[in-house]
Amino acid sequence: MSGPGTPGPQRWLDRPASATQITHRARLWLYALAGAVLAFLIVPTLIVVPMSFSASQYLEFPPRQWSLRWYENYFSSATWMDATATSFKAAAWTALLATPLGTLAAYGLSPSRLRAARALQVLLITPMIVPVILIAVAVFYVYVKVKLNNSLAGLVLAHTMLAVPIVMIVVASALKSFDMNQEMVARSLGASRPRAFLTVTLPQIRFAVVSAAVLSFLTSFDEVILALFVSGGANSTLTRQMFLALRDQIDPTIAAISSIMILVTTLMFVVAQVFGGGGNAGNRDAN
Amino acid sequence: MSRASAVPITIRQVAKAYGTVAALDCIDLDVRSGEFLTLLGPSGSGKTTLLMVLAGFIRPDQGSLRFGDQEVIRLAPHKRDIGMVFQNYALFPHLDVAANVAYPLKLRGVSAADCARRVTQALQTVKLEGLGTRRVHELSGGQRQRVALARAIVFEPRILLMDEPLSALDKQLRESMQIELRHLHDQLGMTTVYVTHDQREALTMSDRVAVIAGGRLMQVDTPRMLYDRPGNRFVAEFIGESSFLEVTASGGAWCWNGRPLQLSTEPSGSMDPQPAQGARACLMLRPERLRIAQAGQGSPAPGTNALPARVGDVIYQGDTFLVQALLDDGTRVSARAIAGAAALARAPARNETVELHFDAGEAVLLPEEGPR
Amino acid sequence: MLLGLSGPALALVLVTMVLPIAWLFGLSFLADDGSLSLVRYRRMIEQPSYARIFGATFKVSLLTTALCVVLGYPLAYVLSQLPRRAANLCLIAVMLPFWTSLLVRTYAWLVLLQRRGLVNTWGMELGLWDEPLALVHNLSGTLIGMVHIMLPFLVLPVLNSMRSIDMDCMKAAANLGASPTRAFWSVFFPMSLPGLFAGSLLVFVICLGFYVTPAVLGGGKIVMVSNQIANDIELFFNWGAASSLGVVLLVSTMALLWLASRLTRLEQLLGASR
Repeated sequence: MSGPGTPGPQRWLDRPASATQITHRARLWLYALAGAVLAFLIVPTLIVVPMSFSASQYLEFPPRQWSLRWYENYFSSATWMDATATSFKAAAWTALLATPLGTLAAYGLSPSRLRAARALQVLLITPMIVPVILIAVAVFYVYVKVKLNNSLAGLVLAHTMLAVPIVMIVVASALKSFDMNQEMVARSLGASRPRAFLTVTLPQIRFAVVSAAVLSFLTSFDEVILALFVSGGANSTLTRQMFLALRDQIDPTIAAISSIMILVTTLMFVVAQVFGGGGNAGNRDAN
Repeated sequence: MSRASAVPITIRQVAKAYGTVAALDCIDLDVRSGEFLTLLGPSGSGKTTLLMVLAGFIRPDQGSLRFGDQEVIRLAPHKRDIGMVFQNYALFPHLDVAANVAYPLKLRGVSAADCARRVTQALQTVKLEGLGTRRVHELSGGQRQRVALARAIVFEPRILLMDEPLSALDKQLRESMQIELRHLHDQLGMTTVYVTHDQREALTMSDRVAVIAGGRLMQVDTPRMLYDRPGNRFVAEFIGESSFLEVTASGGAWCWNGRPLQLSTEPSGSMDPQPAQGARACLMLRPERLRIAQAGQGSPAPGTNALPARVGDVIYQGDTFLVQALLDDGTRVSARAIAGAAALARAPARNETVELHFDAGEAVLLPEEGPR
Repeated sequence: MLLGLSGPALALVLVTMVLPIAWLFGLSFLADDGSLSLVRYRRMIEQPSYARIFGATFKVSLLTTALCVVLGYPLAYVLSQLPRRAANLCLIAVMLPFWTSLLVRTYAWLVLLQRRGLVNTWGMELGLWDEPLALVHNLSGTLIGMVHIMLPFLVLPVLNSMRSIDMDCMKAAANLGASPTRAFWSVFFPMSLPGLFAGSLLVFVICLGFYVTPAVLGGGKIVMVSNQIANDIELFFNWGAASSLGVVLLVSTMALLWLASRLTRLEQLLGASR
């Protein structure tokens, strides 16, 4: 055991790290490896942001010269701006549609103990399981036939279908920790079922519903493959434009767009915290 | 397994603090070779902490620990060569019963043939022969407990530790297992340290019991001594039922409510048999030592004390009945008697005035407040 | 009656996903002239180009899964040993990629791995290599990108499974004489295997259907099943070929996911010693 004279970090190194009394010192290599993997996960995700302010076409880090030229490129381009508007519109509509649909499905299926309910839940999750490329191709095929191709409505419909499983999972998990007896009490006191749901249940699963809405928004906003096939022309999404640009060259403007997308994601999560009231179950279990 | 391989345990000044809370407060304890010692205490008393120190999973802040002649306080848990049974058994779910029991033997490089033989023997000892190929999840709670035991003794450790191994079992099974464990200990002869919060269990199984509370040892004694001669109020209250009288010393004798009491001339624990004038103490009375007698029958026999009391509730409890009574100075006492037909017929009624008799040697004088 | 509340959602999923996919799959059983036939599937078995595509898909998925296991298991282990609050904080870091757009992450790697990108610049500055390495538009780039995206999918289920391991078993192993390393390999690791298998299967399955990352970081050289499906439609208008490939992809995905769900049930059984 280290005496009182040994400095802080050294004492920590000699302390047991687990039930088997292995010391932190013996595990240092493991901590280093885990730290490296963690860095591998975080750094590339975030590094785009400072790099987007680099004046050089090769996006240096740290930037030798700071510049806003890529942002200027982005904001002054009609193509990019139209695409951004389309993405926002589609995402907003998706959230607006998927949230009530998914919440109702969760409310109807999750508390039930019937086998049919389980089966229906599995069916509703399938958009998450089936490879998106297949969904994209199949939907494209049908949309061509019904002339929904390259339309905002078609895109929103498809994105809503992708978002509904997520909403259902998030809300269902919140409902699991909610005591449904409260609703029964409200109904015994005279409230109709919809009224009981709106006044008793919904306020308490608020955080989950808001998180689900945010996740729906982001699912649509970030979605690439479906947008590639189904949106186009005047209704091309931001992600579609980005993907097409990437296939040709490494356009640094995309770095600026990426930073903005990260900003949007962060803002949406802040929104979730603010409007949801900061519950803790909710979105962590979404995946 | 020979008794000669059992070793004594010497614990000196072991202390462990978490922040400002002392989980263990300078414990000194000797466990004799081959003894069955129980650490008894309420939850949070430090008994499990002390056991974990013995096992090596908790490093105390100071102190010494010896198994026989070997100082082990800094020895890693996997080198201590002692057996341990955990509260939830901690059986390995990915191995079958035989593999679980063989695990410590494999670690010690025992040959496959020897291994198989010793595993069979261990399973026989715990009465689980033939269940070697079962998987853990197929076993009942009692069976899992036995497997955990078999695994802990198969390598013939010099010391066996048990952390409330019976607490997850139902009452019937628990009581039969208590006796079985004791028989096993007698058969194998290793030094055993057992942790429990159930005083009945402790009294049933142990050679000696160490009562522990707040990280301190309250008393270490045989079950009989703990029950008949508790050394302080905590032990008196924790073990068995008791009523307490406030007594004051006057004229060299202990008096209650002004009346001198006839108490045993043997000095009990730390109490001074020649108390100073005005000294205070409390007198512990066990309910079964109080006899209910009719009031007004004249002075009791020499060596017997009589307390006038008014009866409150008389509660029938199957094998015994409890009489709760109020003494003149407002103290509540309980008297317990076997519920035989004759005794029940003579049982007093509510508000009746009776006399409670107890013999000089059956009450215990204790300091007014227990050691803190 | 309550089940009816799921009606609108179900209708949406049925109309926008189930029916179109069923329709599309029907195509795979039709020959070019519209008659019912298995000719497309026969072509898949006979033509070597299909074998190449399946081979590439399998290879990339397997390599990605293996790398995720090697990198993700130690991370999950460290997280499982940390106190809850610290672990949850680190989990946010693990989930961070989840919440960032796939395209943004893929693009980030494109920038980092290009000839004059960060990795090459620092590598040459530190003297690790002289010529810029070709890290994009090939298998390496694709693998790096996919591992980056798939790691959370492995870490989360493995971490969950590790958290349900009874640590008293480790204490028991130590008490019975196992050194910390021995205790890990003989007790902890076997108990974590079902969770590891389930996580690996999940990663493998998702990799099979991956499109964006191989398309961007592979530079057209990495053609997985999904890329081929897209090519069949965009370049060749060969719906029949695309649909038969799609059937194969879907069936393998479903089969493997079913296998993974059996494994998680097995894990719950093994964890039942608590």
